[in-house]
Amino acid sequence: MSLTDRSLALSDGSGGRNRQRSNFELYAWLFMRISGIVLVFLVLGHLFIMNILDGGVQRINFAFVAGRWASPFWQVWDLAMLWLAMLHGTNGLRTIINDYAERDQTRFWLKALLYVSSAFIILLGTLVIFTFDPTIG
Amino acid sequence: MATAPVGTLYRGGEGMWSWVAQRITGIAVFFFLYVHVVDTALVRVSPEAYDLIIATYKTPIVNLLEVGLVGAVLYHALNGLRVIAIDFWARGPRYQRQMLWTILGVWVVVMLPGTYYMMRHTIDALFGATP
Ligand code: HEM
Ligand code: HEM
Repeated sequence: MSLTDRSLALSDGSGGRNRQRSNFELYAWLFMRISGIVLVFLVLGHLFIMNILDGGVQRINFAFVAGRWASPFWQVWDLAMLWLAMLHGTNGLRTIINDYAERDQTRFWLKALLYVSSAFIILLGTLVIFTFDPTIG
Repeated sequence: MATAPVGTLYRGGEGMWSWVAQRITGIAVFFFLYVHVVDTALVRVSPEAYDLIIATYKTPIVNLLEVGLVGAVLYHALNGLRVIAIDFWARGPRYQRQMLWTILGVWVVVMLPGTYYMMRHTIDALFGATP
C-alpha cells in the first residue's frame, strides 16, 4: 500500500469521509516505517539470541529469564520491542480491517476488539517486566 | 480506504505477491506475539509454570514451527526495508524488482544455516547423534 497510501494521505487521506483523519493517516504511515527500522534490530536480535546463540531455545528456562532481566539493558530492550511491535502490529491490523470489513458496524466492532486486546497485551507485558521477581515460588 | 490495491506496483506480478506475503507474515507474527506475551507472563506465576510452557518450545514439532516463525519475521523485515526504500529512495520504484530478488536471496542465505542451527538439537534427538 506504500505508494498509494502516501498519495492518498497527501491528497485525500480521509478517504473522503472527514478531513481530520488525513494527518492521522500520514503519521500512522510514517510510524510504520520508523518503527519497522527499529524493529529490525530489536526483533532480529531477539530471535538470534533466543534461537541460535549458545544452545538456542533448548537453554531457555526461568533462570535464564531471571539472568537476563537482572540487567536494565535487556529490560529496556524487551520493553521497547513490546511497545513498538504491538503498536506496529495493531496499526497494521487496523489497516487490514479497513481494507476487508465492508460494513461500518463490522469495522467498528473488529477494531474495538483489536484495541482492547492489544491494550491488554501491552499492559500485561509491561507489568511483567516491571514486577518480575527472581525469588518467586 | 481502498478496498483493493491500485497502481502499477501492486496489481499482479511480484509487486502484488510480495505485498500479499507482507500482509500474511505481519498477521501471523502479530498473533504469535499475543500468545508469546501471555506465555512469558507465566514467569509471574511460578518458575515451574514457566518452565512447563517453555518445554513445549523444545519439542520437535514446535521447533519446526519456530523455523517457520523466524522465516516469516525475516521475510517481513527484509521486504519491509524494501518497501521503505521504494517509498523514500528516489530510485526505489525503478529498482523494486531487483530489490525483491535481492531480499529473497538474502532470505535463503540466512535461512539455510539458520534452520540447521535452530533444529540441531531436534535433528540429534530424532536421528540419534550425540544429544
Ligand atoms: C521462537 C522464537 C522466540 C523465542 C524462543 C523467544 C523467547 C523469549 C524469552 C525467553 C523471553 C523472556 C524475556 C527475555 O529473556 O528477554 C521473551 C520475551 C519477549 N519476546 Fe520473545 N521469543 C521469540 C520470538 C519473539 C518474536 C518474534 C517477538 C516479536 C515479534 C518477540 C517479542 C518478545 C517480547 C516483546 C518480549 C517481552 C515480553 C514481556 O514484556 O513480558 N519474541 N522472548
Ligand atoms: C522486523 C522489522 C519490521 C519491519 C522492517 C516492518 C516493516 C513494515 C512495513 C514497512 C509495513 C508497511 C507496509 C505497507 O505500508 O505497505 C509493515 C506492515 C505490517 N507489519 Fe511490519 N515490520 C516489521 C516487524 C513487524 C512485526 C514484529 C509485526 C507483528 C507484531 C508486524 C506486523 C505488521 C502488520 C500486521 C502490517 C500490516 C500489513 C498490511 O497492511 O498489509 N511487523 N511492516
